[in-house]
Amino acid sequence: MRITRIYWLFSAMSLVFTGAFTSTAYAEGWQPKKPVEFVIMAGKGGGADKMARLMQTIIEKHQLSSKPFIPVNKPGGSGAESLIYLKQKKGNDHVIMVTLNSFYTTPLRQPDLDVDISTFTPIGRMAEDTFLLWVHADTPIKSVDDFVKAVKAKGGDWIMAGTGKGQEDELLTNFLNIAYDLNMKYVPYKGGGRVAKELAGKHADSTVNNPSEQLGFYEAGNTRPLAAFTPQRLDLFKDAPTFKELGKNFVYFMQRSVVGAPGMSKEAEAYYRDVFARVYASEEWQQYMKKKSLQGGFLTGDKLKTYWAGEKANHKIMLKDIGEIK
Amino acid sequence: MDILALLADGFWVALQPQNLLLVVLGVTVGLFIGAMPGLGSVNGVAILLPMTFLVPPTGAIIFLGAIYYGAMYGGAISSIMLGIPGASTAVATTFDGRPMALQGNADRALVTAAIASFIGGTISVLLFTFFAPPLANVALAFSSPEEFSLMLLAFATFIGLGGDDIPKTLFSICIGLVMSSVGLDLISGQPRMIFFGLPGFFHGIHFLVLAIGIYGIGEILWTVESSKGGMKLSQATLTLRRIIQGIKTTKETFKATVMGSFLGYFVGILPAAGATPGSLMAYGVAKSLSKNPETFGKGNPNGVAAPEAANNAASTGSMLPMLTLGIPGSPTTAILLGGMVIWGLEPGPMLFVEHKSFVWGLIASLYVANLFALLINVAFIPAFVWVLKLPFTILAPIIFILCIVGGYAPTQDMHDVWLMLIFGVVAYLMRKLDYPMAPAVLAIVLGPLAETSLRQSLLISDGSFSVFFDRPIACVFMIIAIALFALPVLNLIKKRLMHKTHG
Repeated sequence: MRITRIYWLFSAMSLVFTGAFTSTAYAEGWQPKKPVEFVIMAGKGGGADKMARLMQTIIEKHQLSSKPFIPVNKPGGSGAESLIYLKQKKGNDHVIMVTLNSFYTTPLRQPDLDVDISTFTPIGRMAEDTFLLWVHADTPIKSVDDFVKAVKAKGGDWIMAGTGKGQEDELLTNFLNIAYDLNMKYVPYKGGGRVAKELAGKHADSTVNNPSEQLGFYEAGNTRPLAAFTPQRLDLFKDAPTFKELGKNFVYFMQRSVVGAPGMSKEAEAYYRDVFARVYASEEWQQYMKKKSLQGGFLTGDKLKTYWAGEKANHKIMLKDIGEIK
Repeated sequence: MDILALLADGFWVALQPQNLLLVVLGVTVGLFIGAMPGLGSVNGVAILLPMTFLVPPTGAIIFLGAIYYGAMYGGAISSIMLGIPGASTAVATTFDGRPMALQGNADRALVTAAIASFIGGTISVLLFTFFAPPLANVALAFSSPEEFSLMLLAFATFIGLGGDDIPKTLFSICIGLVMSSVGLDLISGQPRMIFFGLPGFFHGIHFLVLAIGIYGIGEILWTVESSKGGMKLSQATLTLRRIIQGIKTTKETFKATVMGSFLGYFVGILPAAGATPGSLMAYGVAKSLSKNPETFGKGNPNGVAAPEAANNAASTGSMLPMLTLGIPGSPTTAILLGGMVIWGLEPGPMLFVEHKSFVWGLIASLYVANLFALLINVAFIPAFVWVLKLPFTILAPIIFILCIVGGYAPTQDMHDVWLMLIFGVVAYLMRKLDYPMAPAVLAIVLGPLAETSLRQSLLISDGSFSVFFDRPIACVFMIIAIALFALPVLNLIKKRLMHKTHG
């Protein structure tokens, strides 16, 4: 409560300081009656957190909502904590959540949670983050072929750094191990930034980072992308072929979606859908997507539900492959 | 000379009226955010982040940097005055700051803390200015094995030397380690020790919950018992003469301050560590190096100076990996990093080349923020000391409320408030049995870092411990740590032998 109150105080202060009493752009109809709890399914400072805070800032800057969105991080249990929290908030019109792929994998890996993601209210898919295979620029490895040779030469000592267990990075590592008959060692770290640093510091041999995590090191000439897990080549990394071109039909994305508590009223659902459609269309969001090589259009309603169902089915197969679930 | 020219440009940016105003505003806001239990710099920066869209990026980061800095100063205030750590970074300050206040030396503790913070801040900004690129390489050279050996060294400083009862210290560390492993295991992804299946244990036991329980609730219980509800908390007096006296006596703490500054800065630049472990380690080292370690925990000013210097130095230090490598060195810089992304600044090695005025403006503003934080802090000391003159019957409920707020704020979960109250009662009982509590706090902070880095190292090496001795940096730390662990055992044997020959 304290935080909320202080937040209001400063919001009010900020308005006074700039005299920014411009006309508002709120949607018609249902309005939030109190500050909206904006749950983040990951820890502070991670990719999901940064994006949630960018969304919050855009909402604030363009005054898209009459009440503030207050971000709350609930990272526990690979998102289990926030999934349970949202489930308990059934019928609440003031709780929404930013999700990533643990939205599918955590309920699959922990059936005891009894979370059914199809009951959650679909608000909007804001983007899909892409993945690439990275190595250090000092190595002579220039292509996936070189990579496969180098890994095989090192046997089981090749270190692939990634984030978390049974999460995106390990699924991709497993794909590479199977597709190219490799035996890489997967070492989990906390956060994609840390993983990127392990590669730049040559403590790991390769990573499957998102572009946003490696961009700094890439621009400084420390790391090199070998191939992308996308349907088409990425504009930022024109030289890196897709795995599809290399004859391996494998495409993988990280979703960045906003969901509401189960049983949210139709009016509230329409309101949030409108707010996030405007965030998506904003110049800041579009620029961010371009700069970080994000893909994907705005999806909502039944289309988003269908997308989730498809992704969930895919993840079930992938998790079975690595032996995380039966 | 190139650096000096850049720095001069930076000062030109930092001393722009708007930026200067932001620094002063940020430091003042930070001071209060830091002093408010549970509302550390992480929350402060997170709350104010969207506001910074109203000013240009350079002004925004200067503002947030100033808050971060001010909070480091502010954290010491409630640690010393109320015995509740204002922020996680100020936990180590309670160990000796609180006893000093109870002995009627609250003003001296505050002056020591302010001056140590100033020196720590200054040394770290100087290091930042002149050695940023080589230090970034140090951060890059640090991986899991180095991290683990450093953590082991930190534990060793708490056990190895000093006057405490070693079995009781070990017991306290073990309790802390057990609690630090509650929650989700990073490596296997499995939940561990979810007592009674309560969902609140999924996010682990936040160490502020433990620290506030021990030092806030435990302290109230202790005071109620020892004072029988009657007396004032302390006989605090404040005159200009005492402040000047206080400043003069900082000579005594100078060595601990300088040590804390360098150590804090160094720990700060390592990814994943940050100001909290930095200040705890500085406390441990100050105690180890002291001629009379038994006075620590009983109101030794060195025990205030070292962690305060370290947390300020570490806060500057953790900006280094944020700016040069794009990875946050502390939770607060993680939020700052998010801010930079929003403003369209790409952190990483190229930032120093492409956004010179931003980087050097920030560095210069740290000098300015440091100076203003000192001045504002010293100016407020009389007001803080006045708080101590309140009768205990009024102060105790206020402290109690602040504890509850502080326990609730980090996770916003009532579960943690109950947990904190339980910790308070247990800590009170353990204190009656003469168990030191500081090692438990150290263990819950460093435990998760030590555990993950140990397991990552062993994964890399296929379970071989040689990984800690093959790498030069890790090897040096390991040898010192082992020596520190062995020292009390050797002392014990020596004493026994002496005893035998004499008896």
